[in-house]
Amino acid sequence: MKTSTRYASPGDRIFDFCNIALMLLLIAVTLYPFANMMAVSLNDAMDSSRGGIFLKPRIFTWYNYKYTLREAAIYHSLLISVLRTVIGTIVTVFCSAMVAYTISRPEYVLRKWVALSFVLTMYFNGGLIPTYLLNKELHLINSFWVYIIPGIVGVFNVIIIRSFIEGIPDGIIESAKMDGAGDFGTFMRIVLPLCLPVLATVSLFVAVGQWNSWFDVFLYNSSNINLSTLQYELMKILQSSNGSMTQKTVGDVLSNQTGHVMNQVTPASIRATMTIIASLPIIMVYPFLQKYFVKGMTLGGVKG
Amino acid sequence: MVRKSLLSKLIEQRTLVLMSVPLLLWLFVFRYIPVWGWTIAFQHFRPGTKLFDQEWVGFDNFKFLFQDESFYRVMRNTLAMSSINLVLGFITAITLAILLNELRHLYFKRIVQTISYMPHFISWVVASSIIVNALSTESTGIVNLILLKLGIIQEPILWLAEGKYFWGILGTAEVWKNLGWNTIIYLAAITTIDPAQYEAAEIDGASRLQRILYITLPGLKPVIVILLILNLGNILESGFEPQYLLGNGLTADYSDNLDIFVLKYGIAMGNFSFATAAGVFKTVISFILLFSANHIAKRLGQPRLF
Repeated sequence: MKTSTRYASPGDRIFDFCNIALMLLLIAVTLYPFANMMAVSLNDAMDSSRGGIFLKPRIFTWYNYKYTLREAAIYHSLLISVLRTVIGTIVTVFCSAMVAYTISRPEYVLRKWVALSFVLTMYFNGGLIPTYLLNKELHLINSFWVYIIPGIVGVFNVIIIRSFIEGIPDGIIESAKMDGAGDFGTFMRIVLPLCLPVLATVSLFVAVGQWNSWFDVFLYNSSNINLSTLQYELMKILQSSNGSMTQKTVGDVLSNQTGHVMNQVTPASIRATMTIIASLPIIMVYPFLQKYFVKGMTLGGVKG
Repeated sequence: MVRKSLLSKLIEQRTLVLMSVPLLLWLFVFRYIPVWGWTIAFQHFRPGTKLFDQEWVGFDNFKFLFQDESFYRVMRNTLAMSSINLVLGFITAITLAILLNELRHLYFKRIVQTISYMPHFISWVVASSIIVNALSTESTGIVNLILLKLGIIQEPILWLAEGKYFWGILGTAEVWKNLGWNTIIYLAAITTIDPAQYEAAEIDGASRLQRILYITLPGLKPVIVILLILNLGNILESGFEPQYLLGNGLTADYSDNLDIFVLKYGIAMGNFSFATAAGVFKTVISFILLFSANHIAKRLGQPRLF
């Protein structure tokens, strides 16, 4: 749009300089908190409490990580987080794609009804209490499946995948049918592989959502430590350090259990370590998959 | 071709039926039945009692709701926080989009974009932990540290322990997390502005600032208007997670919003009917606002949401 070869006036130069300075400030404000957390998590806990840890650890140690991951509750919650992310993503993406395929078939007699039923749900929802009571009624409380089943189809995902399927030349699907493939076979062997780009984007969003969620754990499984997730464990630590709450479950496993080994870890060092563990998968994949992350936005149309 | 009956067509398309109808049933159970649950708002709901044995109380729960002083407080908090988020979010995102567009170095621009989108994908739990850390009075609290160094304050401030700071902290937290992400739509809109306009302005001797003010900003106006209207339709959605995670007993008077109100009364106290009434109130008002917003958008000749 603009060429850098043209003459730059002094005003222009000052503008550019200020602009770049502002952008560097923005980068610093965005990244510093992560870097600081990282430094604290890799620094000796007692040393950290003396202060002065900014960007790099003063007394380097892996002890905080060793200690945190050795804690059975944390280790187990990490496992549940991974499980819900993997299972939830596969199930949701598969089911969403399947619905998308059926409503993209022009000959399907129920096509309009199925599509309308799904799209309508975008404009209302039952709200917290009726949903909670329903899941309770369905015995999804105290169960791993409450992380998966209530969300097996995302309407937004269906819409995105459908518009992608409709972009596939009709001849490809038709010729598969000519060769005697049924609808399910066509879906599995032709449509799914062709949809890989859009499925990658959708998977990424579903996976991030699964990894990041804690509210369903809090609502349905807070009494069962075996179903806790990493985000929820971090949330509990955060709550116990952020003032006393009367309404909330303050089950700060770690802070209680760390009581007797205070000389090696502190609540602050544990919190920093947990924060890094809970965000690391996203921070690690983000630079490589950035393209897909951003595509999700443009595919989804205008953000409300 | 002979016209077939619906039934024979369904049998013929049984694979498609099998692929979609089970999920349609799922949809009915998990998305439509909860809407039926709205009736709880008109009952004196007792868990464990059969659906048809519940006592109907008409609008009593809504009467209690409107008589409840704390309801007006959470309404104030909801409106205040979403207004602050709306205004701050708009100004910062538009400014950043324009500044990004003015960067000459495309590689640098991409790096800034990539980094600024990142916090959007981090959970609110992690973000809150980071914010608590940055605002702490201990040695790692960078905010207090900088303010002390600059001599603006003499004593570290307990930011999260005083209600008066909460709305500001929440607005800043939202900006920190979503600023980059919110620019995407404006950046996309800027690319649709005709480059010839900039060239013509340059030939006429317009400065950088003048080009921003008279070409870029007017070019963004349609997007700004439509997003503003749609966001006004969402004014009761002030968010839930950051308020819940950053708020505490000391700041509850300022941090509790409608969603937290529903959670407290419904889940923590087991007053399901009352909480559902608050939820229904929110949904109905939001629905009306959204439809009005949509209508206004149509009137202004903007693309409609639905």
